[in-house]
Amino acid sequence: MSPESTAGVPRAHVLAHHFESLEAQQQAATLGMWIFLVTEVLFFGGALAAYAVYRGWYPEAFAAASHELDIVLGTTNTAILITSSLTMALAVHAAQLGARTKLLALLGATALLGAAFLGIKIVEYAHKFTEGHVPGPGFMFAAEHVAHAQVFFSMYFVLTGLHALHMVVGLGVLAWMMVWAWNGRITREYASPVEISGLYWHFVDIVWIFLFPLLYLIGRHPGA
Amino acid sequence: MTEHVVPVRVYVTIFGVLMALTAVTVMVAFVDLGPLNSVMALTIAVLKATLVVLFFMHAKYSPRLTQLVIAGGLLWLVILLSLTFSDYLTRHLLTYG
Repeated sequence: MSPESTAGVPRAHVLAHHFESLEAQQQAATLGMWIFLVTEVLFFGGALAAYAVYRGWYPEAFAAASHELDIVLGTTNTAILITSSLTMALAVHAAQLGARTKLLALLGATALLGAAFLGIKIVEYAHKFTEGHVPGPGFMFAAEHVAHAQVFFSMYFVLTGLHALHMVVGLGVLAWMMVWAWNGRITREYASPVEISGLYWHFVDIVWIFLFPLLYLIGRHPGA
Repeated sequence: MTEHVVPVRVYVTIFGVLMALTAVTVMVAFVDLGPLNSVMALTIAVLKATLVVLFFMHAKYSPRLTQLVIAGGLLWLVILLSLTFSDYLTRHLLTYG
């Protein structure tokens, strides 16, 4: 079976001229995505280090402020993201096997779960606005912690906002992959676009795996 | 293609473990363990992240060069965190006058 016959797009269109083989191209693409993700690790690492320093300075205020977050919504969102990572991993699997219909369905499921996550995040943000937990002149909190709780909520909005921004980019990447899967560009030989999109999606899941306990779980009991 | 095709069974198993660890970390958060609460929460998070990297992100099946890049990235993260905390966590040890 020649590569030309397996796809709507001929092999020459997916193999860039400077690579000897699709295999070399696939390894280079994966490596490139990992190098990008390493820069992202350090980007979020710096933000989390800042959070940890402030939490070390103001443990009581951070625990009290953390207690205001909705643990049910936070846990639900964690489960949604982990499930979306499963559907993404299965989408990569379908792409590697050249199963186009399955690939489209799994990419769609991943995108829906991602959208559900963002929907819940919007509900949470709306609560913050009605409860006066948005840093700024209208900020309201128990008088003893008001200044430092404001620092917590600043960190909360920066960290979850950056994460949500990455989710939005991820949804764009998924839409792009769905177009390529739809028009037959993704094949058994040329699954690497879906593979590296998967790497990005899983990375965004990992960021949430750290944000969830740090933001939602630290203030659950009086001893925190 | 020559890339490793991971069996569906592996993905589903890892998914189950990740969900179970999420349930554990939420339950542990409601028990007062003092400073150990943070240790538990971060240990479980690191464990979950490791599973995602190794299996969902195929690091376990990747070429050595890719694994080296991942390890290099983690090394820089450790430098970032250890230099930051070697300052902030030791400030109280110094007293000026």
